[in-house]
Amino acid sequence: MKKPDIIFQLSMRSVRLNLLRSVLAALGIVIGVVAIASIGMISANMTLSVTEELSATANVLVVSPDAGGGGGGFGMPGGGSGGSSDDEDDYISDDQFDDIRKAAGSSYVYYLYSESDSIETGDSKGRATIYAMDDDAMTEILTLTEGSYPSTTSQVVIGPDLVERYGIVVGSKVTIGDEDDENGQTTVRVTGILEERGMSMDISSDNGIITTEKFFTGRYGGEGEYAQVNVVVDDIDEIDAIAESIDETLNKKDDEVRVEDSSRMLDTISSTLGTITSFALAIAGISLLVAAVSIFNVMMMSVTERVREIGILRSIGTQKGEILRMFIYEAAIIGIVGAGIGAVLSLVIGYVVVFGMVGTTEYFFALDSLANIPEGMIVGALICIISGVYPAWRASNLDPIEALRAE
Amino acid sequence: MSSTPVIALEDVRKIYPLLSGDVHALDGVSLTIEKGEFVAIMGPSGSGKSTLMNQIGCLDVPTEGTVRIEGQDIGTLSDHDLTALRRDSIGYIFQKFNLIPLLTAYENVEYPLVLRHRKYDDSGRVQALLDSVGIDSALAAHRPSELSGGQQQRVAVARALVNEPAILLCDEPTGNLDSKTSRQIMEMLADLNRQGRTVIMVTHDAATAEYANRTIQIQDGRIA
Ligand SMILES: Nc1ncnc2c1ncn2[C@@H]1O[C@H](COP(=O)(O)OP(=O)(O)O)[C@@H](O)[C@H]1O
Ligand SMILES: [Mg+2]
Repeated sequence: MKKPDIIFQLSMRSVRLNLLRSVLAALGIVIGVVAIASIGMISANMTLSVTEELSATANVLVVSPDAGGGGGGFGMPGGGSGGSSDDEDDYISDDQFDDIRKAAGSSYVYYLYSESDSIETGDSKGRATIYAMDDDAMTEILTLTEGSYPSTTSQVVIGPDLVERYGIVVGSKVTIGDEDDENGQTTVRVTGILEERGMSMDISSDNGIITTEKFFTGRYGGEGEYAQVNVVVDDIDEIDAIAESIDETLNKKDDEVRVEDSSRMLDTISSTLGTITSFALAIAGISLLVAAVSIFNVMMMSVTERVREIGILRSIGTQKGEILRMFIYEAAIIGIVGAGIGAVLSLVIGYVVVFGMVGTTEYFFALDSLANIPEGMIVGALICIISGVYPAWRASNLDPIEALRAE
Repeated sequence: MSSTPVIALEDVRKIYPLLSGDVHALDGVSLTIEKGEFVAIMGPSGSGKSTLMNQIGCLDVPTEGTVRIEGQDIGTLSDHDLTALRRDSIGYIFQKFNLIPLLTAYENVEYPLVLRHRKYDDSGRVQALLDSVGIDSALAAHRPSELSGGQQQRVAVARALVNEPAILLCDEPTGNLDSKTSRQIMEMLADLNRQGRTVIMVTHDAATAEYANRTIQIQDGRIA
């Protein structure tokens, strides 16, 4: 076996001689690498899971009333249209629906009613989004895992999240509304359970109850005043043209409606995620800065303690560059060991935090997610090496005679 | 062609500029040493002996005058070339032994060889040298801190010889040793000189200077 470079051997032995000090210095790098890698993995996993879910509805345009505020944040349509029902512009009218249909050409267009309401089943109470659409749209858009679509006003189908949360089965009774609700309480029977759809633009059915139109308008009124209209485009390449055409037809004078596709939602989510991520990265950066300072400190100590040794090395013919290399290696060893430990811990800690924050580790081993570990390692090791440059430079420029005189 | 002296100093001055006034550590030293000489340099403390050794040893360059090592003017050399000259042409033996604490005795001797040839020794030369100064392979596996002063100085002698230098520089080589060990080290140096090596040695001790063929007295930075 070939022995390593003698300069590298000296660096290794120096690290080993001051093992405790070196380990403590490496600790900062370990923490920094874990922080950077974990944050990166959380962000990548969130983006991957959201993208995956949204791509299922990438061909859907969502047309919603333009409340005038310009809209911001997540603007999850269908989620919360309640609260401002007295605003006369806060719905899409039948005429507008017809216009959208015309502008959308051969695409499948359907309207959606939605309200948020309290529900009660068994001993549990909670809230859910109540949706309604026409019968044709229901069979076209929604898939059941069990049971059948509602055919009377006392029948509903229900999303899988609610099923899981309240232990609902086909045949269960659900009471919609509060005791002191102006609309009173209505008890309906679950006839079907919806397939899981995940996060999507068009309709958040996982946490929703789908009723017949007759039930919905009977309970909440507002017949022909739709919360949202969805356009399912046949050819995804046409989606921008159709969005434009709807926008031109309906927003001639005022901005009456907002037309969005899932890429908009993805943009919003990634920019929000980006903000959170850069904030978290700033914190990780601080931990790396602390690490850099401690490496710098350790390296300066190492140089100071070894002044005489540097003098000996120089006097018997060690070049400046070799002294420089010796101390850079020392910083690099600390950095690489720290980064390596950080990488292993990132796998474990990252897995746990991704599960905690994203809710799934389905994408944990995806390239985009795991790539954060080598990225964190490189950043950590580089910071170490950079912190070692000045001490190493100092060491290499010591005057050999002065250095030999040191005690 | 007459042979070039190994060392030739011509009106060498070394001035340390201090706030309290310039210190003329060397004040016009001219000196020629031929190959194979054994020269002792003596003089009171602060007279400039170490400064002179530093010039000859290429650890420093003079403020004025020229120092030639094997005919080469060291004042014209870069730091890189001076360092290479120290590695290849000069062997140092210091009062404080100056072994590298992180390396074993064997590795200390091997180090200048590895620096020079960029590969480890596979000829057995390192251990042969150690054997010749009385350090067996078991002892050679120890770090300097585990060796006695005499043993450390033997290792230092072996290290100084490993690159076959033209000049052996010894700054008070026996200053930290008891008289018996001192004699052994001096015998070793005298032996090396008899084999043809040029030896220059700083010493306080007249008995030690006896081993040399020539003694130079230094006083206030001049040859007395
Ligand atoms: N780096 C330096 N800076 C200032 N003065 C120095 C330096 N090195 C040596 N000197 C001075 O030069 C003179 C000669 O020193 P040195 O050569 O070490 O003497 P010796 O070895 O004979 O005792 C002394 O007066 C010493 O104080
Ligand atoms: Mg001296």
